[in-house]
Amino acid sequence: MTRRRRRSVLIVVCGAVLAVALGLVLSAMRDTIVFFRSPTEVASQKVAPGTRFRLGGLVEAGSLKREADGHVEFAVTDTGSTVPVRYRGLLPDLFREGQGVVTEGVLQADGTFRADTVLAKHDETYMPREVADALKAQGRWQEGGAAAQGAPAQGQAGPVSRTATQ
Amino acid sequence: MLIEVGHYALALALALSLTQMVMPIWASRTGDPVLRSVTVPAALATFLCIAFSFGALTYAHVTSDFSVQNVVENSHSMKPLIYKISGVWGNHEGSMMLWVLILALFGAVVALARNSVPPTLRANTLGVQAAITAVFLLFILITSNPFTRLNPAPIEGRDLNPLLQDPGLAIHPPLLYLGYVGFSITFAFAIAALIEGRIDAAWARAVRPWTLAAWCFLTVGIAMGSYWAYYELGWGGWWFWDPVENASLMPWLAGTALVHSTVVMEKRDALKVWTVLLAILTFSLSLLGTFLVRSGVLTSVHTFATDPTRGTFILGILVLFIGGSLALYAWRAPTLRQGGLFAPISREGALVMNNLFLSAACATVLVGTLYPLALESLTGEKISVGAPFFNLTFVPLAVPLLLVVPFGQTLAWKRGDLAAASQRLFVGFAIALVVALVAIAVTWGGPVGAPLGIGLGAYLILGAVLEIVTRARGKTFGLSLRRAAGLPRSAWGTALAHAGVGVTVIGIAAQAWSVEALATLPRGGELRAGPYVAVLEGVLPRTGPNYTETVAHLTIREGGVPVGVLEPGKRFYASRNMSVSEAGLLTIGVSQVYASVGETGTDGRVGIRLYYKPLVLLIWLGAVVMALGGGLSLTDRRFRVGAPALKPAPRDAAGPVPLHSVPAE
Repeated sequence: MTRRRRRSVLIVVCGAVLAVALGLVLSAMRDTIVFFRSPTEVASQKVAPGTRFRLGGLVEAGSLKREADGHVEFAVTDTGSTVPVRYRGLLPDLFREGQGVVTEGVLQADGTFRADTVLAKHDETYMPREVADALKAQGRWQEGGAAAQGAPAQGQAGPVSRTATQ
Repeated sequence: MLIEVGHYALALALALSLTQMVMPIWASRTGDPVLRSVTVPAALATFLCIAFSFGALTYAHVTSDFSVQNVVENSHSMKPLIYKISGVWGNHEGSMMLWVLILALFGAVVALARNSVPPTLRANTLGVQAAITAVFLLFILITSNPFTRLNPAPIEGRDLNPLLQDPGLAIHPPLLYLGYVGFSITFAFAIAALIEGRIDAAWARAVRPWTLAAWCFLTVGIAMGSYWAYYELGWGGWWFWDPVENASLMPWLAGTALVHSTVVMEKRDALKVWTVLLAILTFSLSLLGTFLVRSGVLTSVHTFATDPTRGTFILGILVLFIGGSLALYAWRAPTLRQGGLFAPISREGALVMNNLFLSAACATVLVGTLYPLALESLTGEKISVGAPFFNLTFVPLAVPLLLVVPFGQTLAWKRGDLAAASQRLFVGFAIALVVALVAIAVTWGGPVGAPLGIGLGAYLILGAVLEIVTRARGKTFGLSLRRAAGLPRSAWGTALAHAGVGVTVIGIAAQAWSVEALATLPRGGELRAGPYVAVLEGVLPRTGPNYTETVAHLTIREGGVPVGVLEPGKRFYASRNMSVSEAGLLTIGVSQVYASVGETGTDGRVGIRLYYKPLVLLIWLGAVVMALGGGLSLTDRRFRVGAPALKPAPRDAAGPVPLHSVPAE
């Protein structure tokens, strides 16, 4: 095999593999990406039932209901709108009413959100960044002010803890 | 006082590393070799200063000196000693201290490696290493000083994040950093070679042990982190495609490619320009990982603080080193003498495929990790790219790579014979196929991917075994044994590392059979997962040194016979007003039964989550086997004798051959 042919074989093979990788990335981008929505966005954008997304906000005070079969129900609010959530599984350690939460799941036709993953932070003072931004959008957030618990104290930002039922 | 001396030692280390950085440049101007040799004591002194400084900080943590802000924020007088020590790097400032400590450690070891590295190359490498050290020291001193005092000193500290109070913190970060930061030496070698404008097999041989050592540490470090997340987070997964995990996976993928491409360069003097680029990219990905984790653009357990000035500073470091090195590469690489080409079907060809697939896989991980950040900063749209994305992109690229691995081992250098190689591998392929078919038959109706993955893992292990068998086969069994013992250790190391990949693949594939069960149990209640049944015997309170714990006492039965006890708990740390779940693990062979507890209801029922994880330990054992293989290769004879001449000198040539005695110009 001549030098030139060897070089062209190499280039063709490299090009092919890279093209395949690019194709995989582009097709996966279309199907697997999950968007973040705040309750207000869910209400205003008329998200179609069956859409998978991440819903984030505060767990509304007094909304948490546990059922004997392991189901839990709670409402996620950004103080503008509220979405009821249904989930089966153990909730993260720091899941509390009035605290920030991010859930991932599918919106049902009756307007409830069936979550299969609940993420909360393992720290009292931490607010998920997406939730903080969503609250800011509602004008309910003051940096360093009343809602100062949103800014993680130095050295305290906790890890994501998730519970998932799949 | 000791704290102030420690702080001063850090500043002194900065001055020393600046000296170490400037001397090789000055030496190349004046041609004075004495200036160049200054780098060696400078590297040692830098390391000693940083080690002293690190020791001072550790002392403050161990003695609970609450006049130091860093100790107040991350320690508590009641905390067990091991967490007082590991808590030193369980925070932003301390983990940066660990980072520079290891950076300087690698510099010091290179300075001491008299025989394996040509002197000019060593001086330039130490110069580049010093530049990295200096910039990170500057970062610590300006934005992340761990020695800040508090006045008045509080009586008690705020304690370490309870999630980090685990033996994992003592092991995972140091190992991971030894890997991450270890690639800085490879990077420094690459920059030194670009500055000198010469690169050859001797360079590859000098670089290879460092790359291999860093790779081994990174492999074990990632595996350890994965196991820690598995048992600490309490939700049974072992890899979450979290951006922080990806940040460590990317340098590993690039580093794996680098370990393989330096072989080609060492043996065949080919792929030079690519190898240098790969060395630069690997450390760049390590820096990118540091930026992602430390700057606060991501939020996770690893992100201790979000301070915009730090993010900007690290971004500056990132741009300086990645931009600078790539610019230097673009300028100098064309002047490097190109290596030879080779037949596509050959050991080299297979290693090129390895590099190609690993780079492509690394690129998909990079895209998946950075795309959400890029999209948010451009459009404000928030998205998450999770496991489904990586399963659709990374896995299809990994599988063909793994299929090529046994072929690569068995093909000859220069010009391989694919038919003969297939013949040699036929036995392995046949057995692996039988293994897969048996697995399908036994688990009929289950997921199909799992048996195929098991077959793939078996194929990799058998390929490694066959490689040794083929090379050692002699006329008699005794002769074969002697020949096997006489094989170079690098051959054994390669086989072992590749077999380790197979072991990990089997462990990963078997997770498709894992079973999860969830229920709120009354006392005496039962929960089944796979072949195991858990019985809740009771819930007990327990007191630890700095926490109180509620422990669920579970008996595990298999077919009515008790096989063990699980004690998952929920710990409450009053100092942080925070509770943490502790999973209960029961190891049966290499499989595990795993339980975690949720809330206790008003009626006394306890939420229990139970998993059966077949063969799960193989995932991490495989990684340990890979690292052992790498370690075995490191002890190979050719790394212990000196740097070779261009034209292969007699193998036993002792001592360095002064290849690079000509000043670089």
